[in-house]
Amino acid sequence: MTHRTLSGLALAGVLGCAGAGAAHAHAFLDRASPAVGSTVHTPPTEVRIQYTEELEPAYSTAHVEDAAGAMVSTGNAHVDPNERSVLIVPVGALKPGRYKVIWKVLSVDTHVTNGAFNFTVAP
Amino acid sequence: MLRVTRGLAAIGAAALLLSSGQAHAHGFAGDRFFPATLQTDDPFVADEMSLPTLIKNPADSTGGQSYSVGVDLAKRLTPDLGLTIHYEWNYFQPKGSPAQYGFGSLDTAVQYQLFVNAPHEMMGLIGLGETWGHTGAINHGGADDHTTLSPTFDFGKGFGDLPDSLTWLKPLAITGNLSVDLPTKVNSAGSLNQNVFNAGFAIEYSLEYLQHHVQDVGLGRPFDRLIPLVEITTSTPLNRGFNSTTGLTNGTGQATTGVVAPGVIWAGQYYQIGAQAIIPYGQGQGHGVGALLQLHFYLDDLFPNSIGRPIFSW
Repeated sequence: MTHRTLSGLALAGVLGCAGAGAAHAHAFLDRASPAVGSTVHTPPTEVRIQYTEELEPAYSTAHVEDAAGAMVSTGNAHVDPNERSVLIVPVGALKPGRYKVIWKVLSVDTHVTNGAFNFTVAP
Repeated sequence: MLRVTRGLAAIGAAALLLSSGQAHAHGFAGDRFFPATLQTDDPFVADEMSLPTLIKNPADSTGGQSYSVGVDLAKRLTPDLGLTIHYEWNYFQPKGSPAQYGFGSLDTAVQYQLFVNAPHEMMGLIGLGETWGHTGAINHGGADDHTTLSPTFDFGKGFGDLPDSLTWLKPLAITGNLSVDLPTKVNSAGSLNQNVFNAGFAIEYSLEYLQHHVQDVGLGRPFDRLIPLVEITTSTPLNRGFNSTTGLTNGTGQATTGVVAPGVIWAGQYYQIGAQAIIPYGQGQGHGVGALLQLHFYLDDLFPNSIGRPIFSW
């Protein structure tokens, strides 16, 4: 078997595994509600964060702070049992102001990612 | 190749046996994801592979044209200690002369992750690069007849910690590397082998960071994974014929040279694709514009439980 043939087979193996669906990747934030950096006029009762990968519920967390750094989320963040790539954070009655969502998640392949984003509640 | 395959299998088995726990991996510092840049070294250890990197170099000063096909592999031994390997095949078509081609020198490096500062999206890395002599086609492929050692410092900084009044600058990031090439032989076939100071920078504006960390501007796939960037490299000889006053050489050496390379990277879940134009500058450089195209795989995402993990987890 030639060197070129072996190299081709190795590359095909790599790409085949990649396309086989067995791999999982870092969980990136895909979209959120309220949206990242957005201004909403109706205070949300929860923050929903959609990721690009399914999450490990026991090691995925998030909370919401107001502009003074005080916690306004009213319970632990939890992964949506019907959609394991969604993290939900319950929040109390939010007054007009700027809020920060801070999250850290573990995707099912044990890769950790974290981040934060703001949203504003307008009167 | 069989030896390589067996080696990879052994690495995978060792990884399965020895690795455990959560994994941070390629280019993350807090909220910031740093892609693998195309001209300059990355400031992080990783389990990644570029295959292939296709380069059409700018025509040289005599009108000669060269091309190369390269492969890069980065492998973490521990979460903070990694190795890199680079090899390429070169094709050179001088103007009015027969073409020459062959493998270039084998490049390797040992790297250590000095620090990662998540709140300020900073990271730093030190390394020792080695360009090994007599590992390629010396007369036809541009390979060296001597080994060169290159101590290196690489860094990255994201600007997500800027105040909210500078929202639109938060997606900016810069990575860079500083190194000195120290050849182990003074003279090769009549040409002086100079000590050379290298500096390279990549200025990135991450649309991924903008869309998912700063402001939802409505970017959907694939645009929310684009990272436009400009890379600038410079190499300055330090001795053996280089006149630091005039910036020119007295003999066989070269003056300060480099490239400016604007381009874009699309970074997906398992791989990234990069494309750049290559614009040379400096004395003795050619004219015109070259181009680079690279396919780059994140092995830690493709094979998170085997070869994508550090071999040892301490």
